[in-house]
Amino acid sequence: MDTDVIIETTNLTKRYGHQTAVDSLTFQVNEGEVFGFLGPNGAGKTTTLLMLLGLSRSSEGNAKVCGLEPERNAREVKRMVGYLPENVGFYEDLNAVQSLEYIANLNGLNGDQIRDKILDALKEVGLSDDLEKKVGVYSRGMKQRLGIAEVLIKDPKVMFLDEPTLGLDPDGASKMIDLIQALNRDRNITVLLSSHHLQQVQKISNRVGIMIRGKMVAEGTIDALAKEKFGVGEKVYTLEEIYLKYFQEV
Amino acid sequence: MQGLFAVYRKELADHFSSYRFVILFALIAMVAFITSYMAGVNLKENLEGVAKPKFVFLMMFNTTGALFSLVQFVAFFGPLIGLVLGFDAINRERANGTLIKIVSQPIYRDAVINGKFLAGATTISIILVSIVLVISGFGLLLLGVVPGVEEIWRLIIYIIISIFYISFWLGLSLLFSIFFRNVATSALASVALWIFLSFFVSLGASVLADSIAPVDTKGGTRETHMDMTIKNAQIRERVSLLSPMTLYSSASGTIIDPMRKTTSALVLMGPMEELSASRFQNPLPLGQSILVIYPHLVALIAISLICFVISYIVFMLQEVRT
Repeated sequence: MDTDVIIETTNLTKRYGHQTAVDSLTFQVNEGEVFGFLGPNGAGKTTTLLMLLGLSRSSEGNAKVCGLEPERNAREVKRMVGYLPENVGFYEDLNAVQSLEYIANLNGLNGDQIRDKILDALKEVGLSDDLEKKVGVYSRGMKQRLGIAEVLIKDPKVMFLDEPTLGLDPDGASKMIDLIQALNRDRNITVLLSSHHLQQVQKISNRVGIMIRGKMVAEGTIDALAKEKFGVGEKVYTLEEIYLKYFQEV
Repeated sequence: MQGLFAVYRKELADHFSSYRFVILFALIAMVAFITSYMAGVNLKENLEGVAKPKFVFLMMFNTTGALFSLVQFVAFFGPLIGLVLGFDAINRERANGTLIKIVSQPIYRDAVINGKFLAGATTISIILVSIVLVISGFGLLLLGVVPGVEEIWRLIIYIIISIFYISFWLGLSLLFSIFFRNVATSALASVALWIFLSFFVSLGASVLADSIAPVDTKGGTRETHMDMTIKNAQIRERVSLLSPMTLYSSASGTIIDPMRKTTSALVLMGPMEELSASRFQNPLPLGQSILVIYPHLVALIAISLICFVISYIVFMLQEVRT
């Protein structure tokens, strides 16, 4: 069991001045699973992701991603982890292929072999018909999918997806969730998914963690959390009900 | 290195395809054409029937035509090239949300800022080299004079000094683009600093010199009068050297004009300089010219590096977020 833990933190803490954004966070993500990373806005989810990528220094505690400490081996960790930031931005005057080319170059991929890789990634996210369009004219949903393609280009072991469904219409959001599930299944990519679309998180997550005010208040499978909060019963609780219950208690 | 090269290539492509660059380049090319044409016509008239001076070719660059010479033009407006290329380098990417994406790729964080600075410096070099070549071509056409080896060396040194000078402004605007989150704020701040350093420092220098060592033409003995004049000039020169523009103007003026023996004002010349200026009417050899501007050169390179190093440190220590 211990061998396939891919992300592990112990007492990870981040303080900005007197404010504690992340408060002794301890949790694990297993290899190959979809981990739903939930919590209200400002709970410290993004800060945690940044620390796991080595982009932000932790004040205390430590983290391990793919067996490496992100603060010491930021470059190696970033090679294996694809990060899709919340409200990700694009160079509006490049087209999809050029955008991916730049990301591929930054990952040290050059030459002829990347062209196929780029086209594959774009096909995988369903943007094959819009290769030559400038990203500036893309819709929000297309931009998000391009963001996923940018993550795929480096063949990540883990994906950190920060609100990938934010601002998408119901159809787009559900397609995005299907895409994430397919990537998890077909490419065996571990996914750390932060989202407010609880129904969809419930649909694809193996386990969830609920973070409130910098603390992880719950971690486990949805069934286990339901059992913990509501006891054993006939009713099947939705993630939304569980989430609200935790939220009210804090 | 791979990250640095990728950022460098992207930034360079961006510079060359941006409207900003096209406008800037068109403006500069136009001014270069006009000034060099004026200078060429002027020179042609003045040199008619006169024994040809030794360094005619260089005169293309420092002869004031109708308005200003090229050397003066670069001193005044060169900073704008640096500012325009750098004022939104970091904060625009931050605002667009692309910065976080770039730094989450497997590169060192400094690749971003180094790549941007190097791409800017390369663009500046290309602009400068092409202006100098355009003017040289005009010189060949209008004057029918071929530059000598020494003249070519002087032009190369002139280009190098100019690259460092404009890179200083690039570094400064890069620094502002890191400090200020708003693109408009950083643009205004850099233009404000440009105006201050280029125009107000020399104004302040004369005000300060006149208030500390007023040159009184009426009262006082001849000796105190002399002392005061020298002191006044000294203060003026020292304070105005705080302005990179003065620093650059003295250095570039001296390297382009071999007849200039010193960078200081007439009253401040030492005995040896005075001797050489009054006795020997020959131009300075290249080595001597370099020696004269050596302190200026070192200072210029130092300020551009310091400026960049500060941006580098601030950028590396800043949180990626917000």
